[in-house]
Amino acid sequence: MIALHLPALQVVLPLIAAPLCALFRRGLLAWAITLTASWLAFAAAIMLLLQVIDQGVVSYELGGWMAPIGIEYRVDLINAFVLLIISGVGAVIIPYAQKSIAARFGDAEQAWFYTMYLLALTGLLGVTITGDAFNIFVFLEISSLASYVMIAMGRDRRCLTAAYQYLIMGTVGATFIVIGIGLLWAMTGTLNLYDLAQRIPEIENTRPVLAALAFLTVGISLKLALFPLHLWLPNAYAYAPSVTSAFLSGTATKVAIYLFLRFFYTVFGGGAFFESTPLPEILLILSLVAMFAASTVAVFQSNVKRMLAYSSVAQIGFITLGISYATETGLTGAMTHMFNHAIMKAGLFLLIGGVLFRLGSVKIEDMAGIGRKMPITMAGFVVLGLSLMGTPGTVGFISKWYLGLAAVEQGQWWLVALIVIASLVTMIYIGRVVEVAYFREPTAKVAQLKEAPAALLVPAFVLVGAAIYFGLDTSLSVGLAQNAALLLLNAVY
Amino acid sequence: MTEILATVNYWVTIVLMVGGLYIVVAHGNMVKKLVGLGIFQTSVYLLFLSPGKVLGGTAPILAEGFELYSNPLPHVLILTAIVVGVATLALGMALVVRIHEAYGTVEDDEVHELEMD
Amino acid sequence: MMRDTIILRVVVKLLLPVILLFALYVQFHGDYGPGGGFQAGVAAAAAIILYGMVFGVMAARKVVPQRVVHTLIPLGVLIFAGTGVAGLLLGANYLDYSPFGSHAEAGQHLGILIVEIGVFVTVSSTMLAIFYAFGGRAEDALAGDPLAGDGDGE
Repeated sequence: MIALHLPALQVVLPLIAAPLCALFRRGLLAWAITLTASWLAFAAAIMLLLQVIDQGVVSYELGGWMAPIGIEYRVDLINAFVLLIISGVGAVIIPYAQKSIAARFGDAEQAWFYTMYLLALTGLLGVTITGDAFNIFVFLEISSLASYVMIAMGRDRRCLTAAYQYLIMGTVGATFIVIGIGLLWAMTGTLNLYDLAQRIPEIENTRPVLAALAFLTVGISLKLALFPLHLWLPNAYAYAPSVTSAFLSGTATKVAIYLFLRFFYTVFGGGAFFESTPLPEILLILSLVAMFAASTVAVFQSNVKRMLAYSSVAQIGFITLGISYATETGLTGAMTHMFNHAIMKAGLFLLIGGVLFRLGSVKIEDMAGIGRKMPITMAGFVVLGLSLMGTPGTVGFISKWYLGLAAVEQGQWWLVALIVIASLVTMIYIGRVVEVAYFREPTAKVAQLKEAPAALLVPAFVLVGAAIYFGLDTSLSVGLAQNAALLLLNAVY
Repeated sequence: MTEILATVNYWVTIVLMVGGLYIVVAHGNMVKKLVGLGIFQTSVYLLFLSPGKVLGGTAPILAEGFELYSNPLPHVLILTAIVVGVATLALGMALVVRIHEAYGTVEDDEVHELEMD
Repeated sequence: MMRDTIILRVVVKLLLPVILLFALYVQFHGDYGPGGGFQAGVAAAAAIILYGMVFGVMAARKVVPQRVVHTLIPLGVLIFAGTGVAGLLLGANYLDYSPFGSHAEAGQHLGILIVEIGVFVTVSSTMLAIFYAFGGRAEDALAGDPLAGDGDGE
C-alpha cells in the first residue's frame, strides 16, 4: 500500500507534522516530530527514486480525480533526483538543529521554527513533485513564506530587513511565475504540465506564449538568484540562523533551477526549442558574470556567512552555465552540480554555524587561530572548501569536469579557461579563511574556545563524507543526472 | 476603439501590473512597497478571471433552464492566490512592525544608513 | 477606542449574532452552493474583529482567548490533512473521500463537509491571530508584555 501512495506521502508527511509541532508547542517534542517526518520523507524519496528507475514515470491522482481535471503528482527521473537532494539535505540538517536552535529560543519559538521548517520542506517537495502548474505556484509560496519567517529569526537585526527584501523580491518573482502560468493556461486551457507539453509546441511562436516565456524566465531567475536578480540572497543567508542558511542554500535555489529545467526543456519542447530562443546566449553571459563578479565580491567580505552566500551566487552561475549549453554533457554537469553544491554549501554553512555557536561571531578577523582550537570543524571546512574549488577526489571536481567537458565538446576552449580561473578565485576566498584560521595567533577570545559539540559536528561530517564519497563514486549522482539530462533534452515526460 | 473596449480587462490588468510594480520599485517607504505589491498581485487575479468569463454564461451553479456556464476554475485558483496574498501581506506588515521597533524607521534609505554603521 | 459612542456599541451588539449566523449559513451551504469554509471563516472572524475594534482588543481576547486561537490554527490544518489521510487508510487515494459513505457520492459529500470545517477553523483563527498580533500590540505594551514593542499602530 505504501508503495502505491508514495508520491502523496512524500508531501503529506511533513505537511501533517507541521501543525503537530504548532499544536504541542514543546521544543524537544517538535524536534522529535520534525526528525521523524524529515527522515521518513527522505525514505519516501529514496523509495520513489527506486520505483521510478524500476518502472518509469509514476503518476498519482490526488483525490482520485483523473489527470487533466484533477491535480496529478508526476514523478520522473528528473524530479525524483531533485526530491532526493531536497529531502536528503532536509533530513541531515535536523539532528543539528536541536542544539543550535534550543540555545537561542524558548519552547514556543522552537516549535514555531520547526513548524516553519516543515512547511518550507513541504513546499519545496511539493513544487518538485507536482504535475500541475498552478500547484507549483501555491507550493512555491508555502515554502517562501515559511523561509521568510525562518530568516527573520536570526540574531542580528539585519535579518529583519533581509527577510523583508526577500519577501518583496520573492513575491514579485512568484507573481511573475503565476502570470506566465496564467498566460499559458489562457492559451491552452490546461494547467497540467504533461498536457501543456503536448499542446505548447503547436502554438510556440504566438505572442502570449512568448510573453509567458519571458515572465517565467524573469520569475524563476529571481527565485534561483541568477546574477542581476540575486540581491536578496547574500543578506538572507548571512543573517539567518545557521540551520536556515544551510537548509535554504541546499534546497531553495535548487528547486528554482528544477523549475527552470522543467519549463524550458520539458514543457516548451526540449533542447531544440531552447536553442531557438535567445536564452542560451543570455544565460551564458549572465552565468559567466555571476561566476566572476560574485566570487570577486566574496573575496572582499568580512563576514564568512556572507562570503559563503556570495559564493552560492557564483556556484549557481556554474549550474546555469551548464544549462546554457543545451547539450547532454552540459545538462549532466548542471544537474550533478545541483546535487554536489547542495552537499557542499549545506555542509559549509553547518560548520560555520558551529563556529558561530562557540564564538558568537563569524567575522573573519575574530576567527584568528581558530583552526587550533576547533580543529575538527576547520578540517571539515578545509575539505569542503577544497571541494568548492574543484580539487580532484571531491564532488566539486566531478561537476566542473563535466562543465568543462561540455565546453570542449562545443569547441569553446576559452570557456574551460574561464571555469578554471573562476575556480582559482574560489581558492582565494576559501584561502583567506584558512589562512586566518591556521596561520595566525589565536586571540584571547579564541584561545578559550572548545571544539563544537558532537551534535553539530556529526551532521556536518555526514555531508563532508558525502562530498568525498560522491567525488569518488559518481554512479549515483552523475549516472542519474545523465539519464535525466537525456529526458530533458528530448522533452520526454 | 472597440478593440480596446473589448479587451478592457486586459488593459486594466496591465495598468495595475505596471503601476503596482512601479510602487514597489520607486517608493522608499516599506509599507507603501507592500501596498504596491498588493496592487501588483491584484492584477494577476484579473488576468486569471478575465478569460474564465463565458459571454452569455451564468454563474457556474447547476440550475434548471441554464445551459451555458462560465468557467469556475479561475475562481478556485484565484481564491487560493488571494489567500497567498493575504498571508504575504500579513507577514510583510509583521516584518515592517519589527523593523520599526529595531530601527525606529520604515524608510528604506534610513534603514540602509543605520545598517552601514 | 470607541467606548463612548453608544450608537456604535448598540449596533455592533445587534449585528454580531447576525454576522455569526450568516457565517454559519455560508459554511453549511458551501457543499452544494456558493460558500464554503474560507468565506465563512472570514465572516466569523470579521464579527469578532468588529467587536474588538469597538470594545477593545482585550474584550475580544476575553471572548476568544489568544491561546485558543493559536491552538485552533494547526487543528484546522490537521482536520483537513487528516481527512485526506483517512481516505488513504481506507484504500483510496489521498484526499479521495469516496470510501466515507455507503456510495461514492455520499462519501464525497461527507468528506467535503469535514474538510470545510477544517478550513473554517483555520481561516477564522488565522484572521483573529493576525488581528490580535497587530491590534493588540499597543495593549500588550501597556500591560508590560516583554514581547510587545512600543506599538504605535493605534
